[in-house]
Parts: sequence; C-alpha cells; structure tokens
Amino acid sequence: MKGKLKKRACIKFILSALVVVTSLFLLQRLLVPKYVDGVVEGAFIEEYYQQEKDFDVIFVGDCEVYENFSPIVLWEDYGINSYIRGSAEQYIWQSYYMLEDTLRYETPDVVIFNVQSLQFNESQSEAYNRMTLEGMKWSPSKIKAIQASMKEEEHFLDYVFPILRYHTRWSDLSATDVTYMFRKKQVTHNGYYMRVDVKPAENVPDGKVLADYSFGDNAWKYLDMMTALCEENGIRLILIKAPSLYPYWYDEYEAQVEDYAAAHNLEYINFLELTDEIGIDYSTDTYDAGLHMNLSGAEKLSGYLGKYLSEDVGLPDRRNEEHLCEIWKEKIAAYEAEKQAQYEYYGIEEEN
Amino acid sequence: MLFTSYEFLGFILILFVVYYLIPKKCQWPLLLVASYVFYFIAGPEYLIYILVTTLTTYLTARKIESNANNQSKYIKEHKAELSKEEKKNYKDKQKKIRMRWVAACIILNIGILAVVKYSNFMIDNVNGVLSMFHQTRQLSYLTLALPLGISFYTFQAVGYLIDVYRGAYPAEKNVFKFALFVSFFPQLIQGPISRFSDLSKTLYEEHAFDSKKVCYGLQRILWGYFKKMVIADRILVAVNTIIKDTATYNGAYIFVGMLFYTLELYADFTGGIDITIGIAETMGITVQENFNRPYFSKSLKEYWRRWHITMCSWFRDYLFYPVSTCKAMQKFSKFSAKHFGKVVGRRLPLYLSSFVVWFATGIWHGANWNFIVWGLLNWAVLMISEELEPLYAKFHNRFPVEEKNWYKVFQIGRTFLLVCVLNIFDCYSALSTTFGMLASMFTVGNWHILWDGSLMNLGLTALDYVILAMGVMVLLGVSLLQRRGSVRDRIAAQAYPVRVCIWYGLFLVILLMGAYGIGYDASQFIYNQF
Repeated sequence: MKGKLKKRACIKFILSALVVVTSLFLLQRLLVPKYVDGVVEGAFIEEYYQQEKDFDVIFVGDCEVYENFSPIVLWEDYGINSYIRGSAEQYIWQSYYMLEDTLRYETPDVVIFNVQSLQFNESQSEAYNRMTLEGMKWSPSKIKAIQASMKEEEHFLDYVFPILRYHTRWSDLSATDVTYMFRKKQVTHNGYYMRVDVKPAENVPDGKVLADYSFGDNAWKYLDMMTALCEENGIRLILIKAPSLYPYWYDEYEAQVEDYAAAHNLEYINFLELTDEIGIDYSTDTYDAGLHMNLSGAEKLSGYLGKYLSEDVGLPDRRNEEHLCEIWKEKIAAYEAEKQAQYEYYGIEEEN
Repeated sequence: MLFTSYEFLGFILILFVVYYLIPKKCQWPLLLVASYVFYFIAGPEYLIYILVTTLTTYLTARKIESNANNQSKYIKEHKAELSKEEKKNYKDKQKKIRMRWVAACIILNIGILAVVKYSNFMIDNVNGVLSMFHQTRQLSYLTLALPLGISFYTFQAVGYLIDVYRGAYPAEKNVFKFALFVSFFPQLIQGPISRFSDLSKTLYEEHAFDSKKVCYGLQRILWGYFKKMVIADRILVAVNTIIKDTATYNGAYIFVGMLFYTLELYADFTGGIDITIGIAETMGITVQENFNRPYFSKSLKEYWRRWHITMCSWFRDYLFYPVSTCKAMQKFSKFSAKHFGKVVGRRLPLYLSSFVVWFATGIWHGANWNFIVWGLLNWAVLMISEELEPLYAKFHNRFPVEEKNWYKVFQIGRTFLLVCVLNIFDCYSALSTTFGMLASMFTVGNWHILWDGSLMNLGLTALDYVILAMGVMVLLGVSLLQRRGSVRDRIAAQAYPVRVCIWYGLFLVILLMGAYGIGYDASQFIYNQF
C-alpha cells in the first residue's frame, strides 16, 4: 500500500515536472524575439546552420560584410560558393568565435574579415551582443563568445535561458511571435541582407578627432588568434575594408592594418580606395547615405571581389557541380523574387 | 550576493543538495562554512569584524558563566562559614565583576558598530558646530565600509551575552556553534534579530529530508520573491523618481510617494524576511517571525508590536527594561514623585526610557538626523497617545464604536497614514527637505496629478500600475486569509493539481512580471545597510 502511494506520488511529481518544463520551453519560444520583421539582423547568424556546408569562402564581420557583398553574384559570375556569417556590430572576438564555430562544420579555402570592428576593444551594446550570439548553436565556441562579449550588466545564465532576458516581452507579443515560434523565415541570401532603395551619400561628415587612434589590445589579440586559426587550418585569411563612408576610416587605422597585414603576410584590400575602379557611385549605390551599399553597390563590389578571388586567389569555378547548381538555383530564385518585391515596395524600376 | 541574484540562487541550490547528502552531524558545520563563504563573498575585509564580535562575545559569555559557576560553588562550599551579609557581599562583588566583563564586551562590539556606522555622522555634526562658530578648520571624513549585516549580528551577539549574564540559558560551549549563530547567512542581510534560545533549538539539530518542510520553505521563498521582485522593485522606480527631484515632485506627489514608499518598504522588508525564513525552513531550521500583518494595526503602539518584531523586542528587553529599572532611573522617579507628584513620578521615567529607546531605534536605522527625528516622532506620537488614553476611554464609553467594523477600518486607515507620514523621514536625508516636502502637500495644490496622467511620468507604465494594483490585491487577500490561519496549510489541503497551479502560477508571475534583469537595477534590500 505504502509502495503504491509512493509510486503514485512519484508519477504525479514526474508529470508535474514535465508540464512545468514543457510550458516553460513553450513560453521561452514565444517570448524570444523572432527577428523576422523590423529589426531582422538578429536572425542572420542562425540561418547558417540550415545550409549545406561546403563553402569556399566565409565572410565574418559586421554590417559591412552582410550589406555590401552578394554571394549570389559570386556564384553566378564566378562559381564561388560563399556564405556571410556577419551580424550587426559584430565585434572581432565574436568574428573569431564565429569562425571557430564554422570550423566545426567545414574548412573554407578563404576567410574574409572586415577590419572595421578593430576599432572596438570591448562590447558596446547588449542588444548587438544578443543579435550575434543568440543565433549561434551551443558549442564551446559560443560559450567563449558569450564570455568574451558580455557587458557588466549581462549574465551568462540569461543566454542559457533567454526567457530570463525577455521575460517582459509578453506585453509586446504579436502574431509574428506565434507564427514563428518554431520555424524561421529566411531573411538573408547566404548571409547577404538585401536593400534595393537609394539614399545618396551627401555631406558625409569627417571623422571626429580622436585622442588615440590605436586599436586596443583585445582587438589585436583576437586578430592574432584569427590569423593563427586560419594558418593552423590552411585557410587563406583576407582582410578587407568595405567601402562604407561612415563610420569614418582614419588614415591611422589604415596604417595599422597595412602594417599588420604586411607583418603577417596577409592580403588586405581597402575597397574605399578602389571605388572608382569598381564603379561605385555613392549617389545611386547606397541606401543609407554611404553607410552601406544597396543591391546595386553590393553587386558591383561582389563582381570585383569575385574576379579577385577567382583570378588572384585561384578559387575554382564550381558551377559544374550539379548538386551545388541545384541548391543555388533555388537561392537565385529567392534572390530574384525578393529583388522584385523590394523594387515594387520602393517603387523603383529595375535597371536591367 | 543579493538575494535576487542568480549567484545566490545557485549558492542556495548547491548548499541545499549538499546539506541533505552529507551525514546529518555535518549539517551545522556545513552551514557555518556556507555562512562564512557568503560573508567572504560580500567582502573578505569584513570577516575580521564578525570574527571579533564572535570571539569576544563567546569568550565573555564563557567567562561570566564560569564566574557564576564558581560563585555557586564557593557559596555551596562555604555555606556554613558565611553569614547572610557576607554571602550578599560576595554575590554583589561577583556580579559586579561579571557586569564589568559584559559591559566591556558590549562597549567593544557596539563601539565597533558605532565607529563604522556613525563616525562620519559624528564628524559631520562636529563640522557643523565648527562652522556655526565660524571655524574654517573641518574634520576629514573617514572612508569606512559598513560590513554586511553588522547591526543585526552585533545585536544578536549582545542579546545573547545579556541573556547569559541574566542566567536565561547557559553559554554555548562550542565556539563554532556560536559562530554559526552569529553568522547564519540567511539572516545576515536584514535579520531577523534572532535569540539564541529560539534559533539554537533547530540550528544545530540533525535534519532528515522532510518533503513537507522543504515544500513549505520553497513556497515561503517564492512568496518573498513575489513581494520583492514584482512589487517592491517595480514601485522603487517611481519612489526614486519622486525622491530625487524635489523641485518637480512635491505637493501631491509627496502623498503618492509616501504611499508608494510604504508599500515598497513592506514588500521589500517582509519579502526579504520571507526568503530568509523560507531558506531556513527548507533546511529544517525555524527562524522567528518578524511581522504580523503590521498594516492592519489600529494604533501606532500596535503597529510596533507587529512590525520588525525581533528588533522591537530586542530594544524592549535589552534597552528599555535595563534603562527603566536602573538605579539612576529609580532615583529620578523618586525625585519626580517628590517634586511633581506621584503620577508624574511614575510616568517621567517611563517616558525618558522610551525616549532613549526611540532615539536608539532611530539611529540604528541610519546615521542621520532624519532617522533620529523619525524615531523621536514615533516616541512623541506614542507618548501623546498614552497621555490621551483616558480621553479615548471616555469617548469610547460615550460612543461605543470600538467594535464597529467601520471604526476598525477607520483606525487601520488612520494608523496606516500615520506610518506613511513617518516613513517620509526615511526618504530624504536632509530634515529641512523632509519638512518642506511634507508642508508642500498642503501648499502646492497640485492634486490634479492624481488623475491627469502625470503619474505616468514616474517611470512606470500603465501596465506597471496594473501589475502593482494586482500585486497589492494579492497581498491584501493573503493578509486577510492569514487572519484565519496559515495560507500554506489551506493551499496544502487542496487537490494536487490545484496546488501545482497555485504555486506554479506564482512562479510564472515572478518570472514574467518580476522587475529583474537588464532594464531594471537590481535593488539591495532596504534593510540591508541598517
């Protein structure tokens, strides 16, 4: 009799625990931001895991990679299979761990890192940390990325159980939160975030005078780590500076990167110096007055980069791989569809 | 380590698991280690203070007990040889010795408390006096950090010592056990001020896992977090907004502020005590209750019997009684009776002793004149009420309304408002500001802020107000239910699914509506630094 009662109590407890855990899981899924409309940047990182991972080129860095380069152009024109693991204000330690995370799945031939984030020696914003880190799958790299990124007011446990961070979102829930509780809408094209609208760059402000132009120790540390990681894995690391007019890229910054690249035998391309050669027109090729390229600018830039990767780096044209072609066919269709949708939305007539 | 931090929850969880896994005889030593780890995390430099208090109190208690034992032994051995007079003289002499030991120990420990807590207050006052006399020389302030819970553990230790001196119970022989009594970590943050005779009953016992006690403890913890995180930390935003900008927030805002602060203080302090008692309960330890629905009091006197019970009883037993029965007070009583009549002779010493107690209560709450004035205002109201007692009696004889419900509600409301007004003295550090703000309620005439949407500018959204209103309703409902017995017993009598729904519901409310995480400043408990 006593044993029976004990068994019953045990079953009751297990059932209750199941109900509690399940409901908390569902609640967490409901409350976390979905990033499918409005601020979509938080959705980028997660999308990588849905890909078939056999990329020749992986981009890491901030908005200057995910808004300025189109992997579709690289594929269509040069047969280069690439993916952008970029996110808003991705700090260099996040880029490093993003690369480490990528290496769990594949080893690309080339890694392209945009150097703009070297200006930061520590995380600036919890919101940006979240948008980069939440999308990463759990791994030692993610744990290290969180630890390297957390600001004083942040707590590791809030990343493990995001409900603790987003517990107050219940008052802001919308239908989107229910629709995308378990599935996500693709918002990028291999990590590229498309914008077709135009806002010419006019009156670009000069950079403010800084007290110190030196990059911080922490930033250098992670650049060294990234260089070493690429070397260990036989990856060619290419440093780039995208042609964004703002935030300002100081000559002092440029000199430091040039010196570093020379000292470590790395390629470094500053696209700001190549805008004429590439044919970038800041009155038509940017959607936010020079901060980021629009589709037109991104396609021009990608065309130039593709040529470089193909001819100078020697990446093979893989358009003869049937399986890859199948995958890209679908991606190109989605790319074209969004292009059309955006042209319609912004009331722009397509050039071609 | 804040009660509301993840670190604290992790600390408790690990401690709880280890507590029930290790041999039972190791439970109390584990608590001692945990308490010192807790204290170490709060600030390693504070350990010296608690160690000094522990050791000096322990040794003094042992010394006076040994003296008392020797006295008994001596008298027993020399019973035949000693005359009554000699015996009395011997006893008096020994008592004096014990008294000196106790006094020295109390002076040392209260002295430590006074130095770390009141040095800058004293310096401030001296500088004020020097300025009054146009002296340019000013004393420098000291940079002394206030050790965590120093007021609480010092009072606990002093209470223990006086009890041993009075022979209420024998001195604890095991220094480690005594160290645990002084440092028992759940009460270090904000009390209650436990008595050794109460706490030691369960603190050193061996405790087998008792699911009922553990469940009850967890429920109490949950209830505490509800008060602290859903109510206190939410309303804190509005209270701070009002207090920090006296130019904008005066007049009717002060009325709102004092209501909000009184609610915050209640939710914060009782919530913290709930967590303390709950943690102890999960480990089979009984910690004394510190509140008995104080806002249902019908008079200020009753309020002080139901609010911060352990502190009030400490002042009563260890300050009021000794002061009111000391020789000097007896002489003063005789003197008063002789010169002003019997009634005054009886009352003046009482009032003087009360004055001392309320002065001490005020300054115990904080090293500032606003706290002293707060204490003395409480004293004044209590003494005036005492004096008016015959008048009340006459009134009640003529109008027998005392048993009427509406009159009880009136009395409760009146006491609550009085407490609210007195609480304003907690809020502003400058007395002139406090009086100015109180006066502004009657002079500014901005009562329209109560309905014109101005309250939305206090840092709280409409949703926050809804949550607060619901929280207050729950507090009120639970308090009303408590009049008819334990709410936890009532819930425990419900069917299993109902129980699960209630407690899981409360957990969800804290999880979803708690004011924690980024965007909220984790607030220390108000009584933390007292």
